[in-house]
Amino acid sequence: MTENSINIVLVAALVLAALWTVMTARTLRSAIGLAITSAILAIIMFRLASPLAAVFELSVCAGLIPVIFISTIGLTARVEEESMAAKQREKLRKYAALLVLVLVVAGVLVTMHLPNDFAAPQGPVPTESPQVVMWDLRHVDLIGQIGVLAAGAFGVVILVKVSKRA
Amino acid sequence: MPKEAIELFSLFGVGALLVMLVGFYSLLTTRSLIRVMISVELLSKSVMLLLIAAGRAVNRTALAQAMAITLINIEVAVVVVAVGIILCIYRHHKTVDTAVVQEIKG
Amino acid sequence: MLDWLILVPLAAIILLNLPWSDFIRRRAAVLAALLAAAQAAMVVAAPSEWVSRASILAQTLHLHLAMTGLSRVMLLCIGLAMMAAACVTQVMFSDDFRRRANFVSLLLVSLLGMNGAVLVTDLFSLYVFIEVTSISSFVLIAFTLEKKSLEGAIKYLILSAVATVLMLGSLALLLLMAGTMDFAGIKEALASSNGALVAKLAIGGFVCGLLIKGGLVPFHGWVLGAYSASPAPASVLLAGIVTKVCGIYAMIRLATSVFPPNAAVNQVLMLLGAVSIVVGAVLALRQTDMKRLLAYSSISQVGYIVLGLGCGTPLAWAGAIFHLFNHTVFKSLLFVNSAAVERRTGTTDMSRLGQLGSAMPLTNLTSVLAALSTAGIPPLAGFWSKLLIILALWQAGVKQGQAMYFVYAAVAVLFSVVTLGYLLSLQRKVFFGKTPENLELLGAAKPSGWISTPELILAAVTLAAGLLAPLLLLTGSFLVPTGSF
Repeated sequence: MTENSINIVLVAALVLAALWTVMTARTLRSAIGLAITSAILAIIMFRLASPLAAVFELSVCAGLIPVIFISTIGLTARVEEESMAAKQREKLRKYAALLVLVLVVAGVLVTMHLPNDFAAPQGPVPTESPQVVMWDLRHVDLIGQIGVLAAGAFGVVILVKVSKRA
Repeated sequence: MPKEAIELFSLFGVGALLVMLVGFYSLLTTRSLIRVMISVELLSKSVMLLLIAAGRAVNRTALAQAMAITLINIEVAVVVVAVGIILCIYRHHKTVDTAVVQEIKG
Repeated sequence: MLDWLILVPLAAIILLNLPWSDFIRRRAAVLAALLAAAQAAMVVAAPSEWVSRASILAQTLHLHLAMTGLSRVMLLCIGLAMMAAACVTQVMFSDDFRRRANFVSLLLVSLLGMNGAVLVTDLFSLYVFIEVTSISSFVLIAFTLEKKSLEGAIKYLILSAVATVLMLGSLALLLLMAGTMDFAGIKEALASSNGALVAKLAIGGFVCGLLIKGGLVPFHGWVLGAYSASPAPASVLLAGIVTKVCGIYAMIRLATSVFPPNAAVNQVLMLLGAVSIVVGAVLALRQTDMKRLLAYSSISQVGYIVLGLGCGTPLAWAGAIFHLFNHTVFKSLLFVNSAAVERRTGTTDMSRLGQLGSAMPLTNLTSVLAALSTAGIPPLAGFWSKLLIILALWQAGVKQGQAMYFVYAAVAVLFSVVTLGYLLSLQRKVFFGKTPENLELLGAAKPSGWISTPELILAAVTLAAGLLAPLLLLTGSFLVPTGSF
């Protein structure tokens, strides 16, 4: 198989995984679908010469986040899950429309070409490794990330702790 | 822009747009708050793909990866806060139906 | 000393959460108020060379920050609104000082995010800091864990996530064109491939995302829940400054230092601005709750700012930025007033309130001032900014011979009157009129200095800005970088 056809297969798999994620009746399966989508995305990232991002995607987005969702589903009662699944099944017809929509849009996009009327970035290609870019060149972002983590941590302290106590 | 670069980007761009379409559709039709958050996750998957593909097409993978990792961190914080809020909503209403949110009228 | 503006809040957050700092935790809100006041004082009083000089810390950390005239105005607004919010926090949650310290920590995270957002020179960093501010806002709104605040928070979170997707998608396209994320590099790349489909998509996506974050019609779905259901200090902060930094400031900054002029975006902005003015005001007229009324009024006033931005002439921009400043001051003031009323009576439902004027003279007075300034009554600050926007619209209409400009100007004038209408009706229902039978003043909650101080300061600022505005406009010292989409 050529490079390009592997890429096409991977992209198709990604879209199919995304479709399964939203169409499956049970929320639990939907969370697993999200993990599968993430895993496929990690493979794509790896093939796009971004191994570091791929590792993060695989461990955090395919590992941690689905676990968070699954434990949330576990904490919200089972009965709820059943009735939701029933509702979701009723809606399957609606999702058939989504399938058609995806196929049509895919067809249109494939025949359409992105107009090549813009210039490529000028200047020399930077040679720093991603670690250097992340830790040495983007300190402002690092401070921002600390802020994000702090906000997330307070979110957990305030929302999750109290909801357990009650 | 070199031809190969734009072809590579176009392929993954189409994929990203389709995942985005799926995510938005689900976001608008689903009735469970947990599923809403899963749709939001799908949407962020799609932009992540777009970002990495763009970085690859113009040989800026280092920058693109640094951005992607930052985004993943932000994603985790947003998901954790969202799940916390959803759990609290569940505690009040004993449901995660989106209808409870739409009750606050405009 | 620019780096201090983000490093000091960070240090304060750490300080508040050390295991042995109960002494500071008790005084957390005072600390935050002092920090914010110091920030406001610094940007007003300190010479700009001193402020923009990089400290040794910034040089060793390679922090790329920059201050423009606009960032200076924004830093002042952030300082004022944060000061008001922190003061109001001091009288809240009085039963549990640790809980209050958590709230203040979140306020400081929000301060860190907003200061970062107005100082960065890199589009991705701008996004990161907007996100810091947003995430802390979600938790601040949900803080009391009441039904309505949780619903407001999740609604804000979902719409904000949609805005994020739009912005990140356009960041990816910009990376494809520019290969870098700093403002100058992207500007160059956009100039060299002007008119390309990718460029149009990128600009459109980013502006759409910012409009959602700014809470403009038709993306205003989250505003009501976020402003009216959140705890009082969070409403002050959100309505006063957060949405302006996340939406409007980012838009202005991009238009001045990144995006090339684009007539189509200008037209869309003017249309959305005018529609927001109308929809916000009409919905505000129908409200019976004080905070809900103020929330809709915010949408309407942000509409004025965006209308001025869309007009695109230097005069309109000066008006828009001045209105942004004014809006921060009087909307924070009005929300502080609502916090005072809520503290005194336990409700913000206007049908249950009445004749509070004699019980709360200062709140009554500052509320009148803020209402008149919002409605644009001379010589208060709101009059000058609205005048500038309307004059600029008129000028542009004469110059370009397009009837739409006159329509927008007429809408702006007409809805100033409507603004006056709904705010005076609020004033009448809450502070004048008859005392409803079942209204009990909470005797225990004596008027507190922590509420009257921000009321006094904000009222003084709106008066002073109004009286000094002609002077500032004549000498041009309020001039900020102008540009257009």
